Amino acid sequence: MATGIRDKVAILGMGCSKFGERWESSAEDLIIESFQEALADAGIEKKEIQAAWFGTHIDEVNVGKSGVPLSTTLKFPFIPVTRTENFCATGTEAFRGACYAVAAGVYDICLALGVEKLKDTGYGGLPATAAFGQMQAMIGPNATAPGLFAQLATGYFAKYGVDPALGKKALAHISAKSHANGALNPKAHLRRPVSEEQIIHAPMIAYPLGLFDCCGVSDGAAAAIVTTPEIARSLKKQGPVLVKALAICVSSGEEAMFNNWDGAHLETTVRAGQMAFKEAGIKNPREEISMMEVHDCFSITELTVYEDLQISPRGKAIDDTMDGFFDLKGKIPCQPDGGLKCFGHPIGASGLRMLYEMYSQLLERWPEERRVKNPRFGLTHNLGGIPSTNVCSVAVIGR
Amino acid sequence: MAGIVSFGAYVPRYRLKRMTIFQAMGWINPTTIMLAQGEKAVANSDEDSLTLAAAAGIDCLAGMDRSAIDGLFFASTTMPYLERQNAGIIAQALNLGENVRSADFSGALKAGTSALISALEGVGSGNVKQILVLASDSRLGRMGSPQEMIFGDAGAAFLIGDKEVIAEFKGSYSLTCDFVDHYRGSKTTFDRQWEDRWIRDLGFDEFVPKVIAGLLTRYQVKLNDFSKIIFQCSYDSERKNLVKMLKVDPAKVQDPLHGSIGETGTAHAPLMLAKALEEANPGDKLLVVSFGSGCDALYFEVTDRIAQKNRGMGVQGYLANRAELTSYPKYAVFRGMLPVDIGLRGEADLLTRWSLVWRKRKAVLGLVGSRCKRCGSPQFPPQRVCVNPDCGAIDKMEDYTFADKKGRILSYTGDMLAASYDPPELYGNVEFAGGGRYMCNFTDCTLDDLKVGAPVTFSFRRKYYDEKRDIHGYFWKAVPQKEVA
Repeated sequence: MATGIRDKVAILGMGCSKFGERWESSAEDLIIESFQEALADAGIEKKEIQAAWFGTHIDEVNVGKSGVPLSTTLKFPFIPVTRTENFCATGTEAFRGACYAVAAGVYDICLALGVEKLKDTGYGGLPATAAFGQMQAMIGPNATAPGLFAQLATGYFAKYGVDPALGKKALAHISAKSHANGALNPKAHLRRPVSEEQIIHAPMIAYPLGLFDCCGVSDGAAAAIVTTPEIARSLKKQGPVLVKALAICVSSGEEAMFNNWDGAHLETTVRAGQMAFKEAGIKNPREEISMMEVHDCFSITELTVYEDLQISPRGKAIDDTMDGFFDLKGKIPCQPDGGLKCFGHPIGASGLRMLYEMYSQLLERWPEERRVKNPRFGLTHNLGGIPSTNVCSVAVIGR
Repeated sequence: MAGIVSFGAYVPRYRLKRMTIFQAMGWINPTTIMLAQGEKAVANSDEDSLTLAAAAGIDCLAGMDRSAIDGLFFASTTMPYLERQNAGIIAQALNLGENVRSADFSGALKAGTSALISALEGVGSGNVKQILVLASDSRLGRMGSPQEMIFGDAGAAFLIGDKEVIAEFKGSYSLTCDFVDHYRGSKTTFDRQWEDRWIRDLGFDEFVPKVIAGLLTRYQVKLNDFSKIIFQCSYDSERKNLVKMLKVDPAKVQDPLHGSIGETGTAHAPLMLAKALEEANPGDKLLVVSFGSGCDALYFEVTDRIAQKNRGMGVQGYLANRAELTSYPKYAVFRGMLPVDIGLRGEADLLTRWSLVWRKRKAVLGLVGSRCKRCGSPQFPPQRVCVNPDCGAIDKMEDYTFADKKGRILSYTGDMLAASYDPPELYGNVEFAGGGRYMCNFTDCTLDDLKVGAPVTFSFRRKYYDEKRDIHGYFWKAVPQKEVA
């Protein structure tokens, strides 16, 4: 009988590059930057890593396909390296591969590393690719991520009868909160506080989402070295930080093609959350989760995720937002590092960057001004694709 | 007896006032002020002669059974493809099935009436039962030219058959003359013409009376026997002159639609005929004359069935569905006359994979999905495994057409980041009446027209143009339904 991942894997070390417009750096430089930090944190040597999972999403402007770029950049001695790609869950998927290998007892120490070099496209936003195949490319709208997620806002506002002005204000609060957090974080890309007024009056990108409703676009890498709890305890005094749950949920086509999806929530997030809370033994997420890094590709995504993860009751996420429930000093700080909003979204790296923040908070490594008090469970969430058709990951780590 | 079973038309929603053209371009050709009256219909950025014809065909077939149609003729001088049958694309879009005779008629502005005559005689032969005849054009004059003022875009459609006709075909007479008033070579985008005076005095003055006389003689009728004279002539002064020369009552002369639509080339005589049929009474005799590389004259007699017909929008309905295009540069960009910057995203290389297009032809061109025979759920794109979570049946599907369904908006956006010739790019999820949903573009509207729950219908449009390979790709878009005057 399967028993899940809970408490079977420990994080031995993590690293995260500076995120931003790294004009001077290629993906290889970012890989090395995050790897060196993770290796030093783990206190091991490179040769002790027995297998690696490498997360990258876009081939065209990044390092290409396969495990080769990671292995040759770090000069791994002919160990197994697997490339993972699962939309925006790519980094978390790499982490999942490494964790499962350790939990299976196949290896003692594994690496998960994700990287994306987005700033070689020549324009803002994500590059246009045939992400859903050639037929969709021929018949689908010339859609961009902001336009696809903006529909979650028009759908949500219509379903709950939210006045668009109030809706915009709540979304502005979400972005302002993340900007305030990111301003405190030296590794964040965007480090300037932004007011709700500025956010509301910013140029429209895709109605009703304005510039500041959209996350940044940046380069970055993050890495995790995982092992068994026993080995972790033998090597380190602190922690260990243990993996509590790793859930992946993929759309069935039901939301896009069947008539029961309301267009105002993310079904995969609902289900991934349920899976993760069961695996982690969490009964009441609103009371038990200490902090979260959720997939705030857009402010509206974060808003609906509050509800989909059972933190806010249905239709009440705006109330919680305006009450400061998710602010850094609120009940459940959300995006304490600044989120995708301030880190940008180098796709392969984002899930691991979120885990890096939760891991560092659990080990109480941050200065007082951005430390979450006495955390127990940290949750990370990724959502890749479009609201009607996507891949969702939810991970829970804790002490 | 062969005749017209049904008819339809399509006039694009956007209208450009000729004074708007003059204000933008009159500086280079001040004499065009003489033409700067009224407005013309202009195709949207996602429309071309092929989509105009398809839309007219849909209008013509509103509420009609398509299964008896065994022919499709398409006439235009502005077809998107020289090789790849344009009529074949439309036949697939209209889901006419494979067992259809089809042909493209081109090369002259009389091609529309020539296609009509061929269809009428084809049906008369008894070898074919029903032929859908489509005529459309979207011709371009150079910026600042008189032609730019005169030309408009539209389509007309006729279902030809020998049962239940609303207008009986009595006969025709044709002239073929290599009279080069206007021409375009195979590599030419813009119309070129010879001197107006020569076209009027030698062309219209000679050929129109000659073809009419030929018809009158052949069928032993008098011009005064006709209730309506429908003749194509782009010059309004020359129209008046011909009316005098022919000694016809000006009240019997069909309005040329120049002030509201413009001269629509191959579609024009058919479009005027469609408008005349909208106004016709049983027993009316109609004379139709086209002009271009000669003339065709056609003689129809309206039957008692006319009163029961015309369930589509028709010329009148589409004329009322109007929105002014107030920007000349926008028109110039829509018609590909001005190179504009749509950003690096617009340069993404979209390779059309013809083997895929062939496999998916019903879905892509016809908006045909599938419906589960076990649970009844319609789904698009067509599936093999049923998407209903309580069903999941495998290979229990039947074809299901979404193109003729109404829908409603579930979510929408106006995207300023996406590559678009008419930003913001408008798209969203729509739910089809009767079930099924899809995310598609919205067209013929602005962001303000979009509301969750608002009704839409579906329109066959150009989805993309691959400049590198000269490929026009087509798909369906949702059109919000607006109140029309």
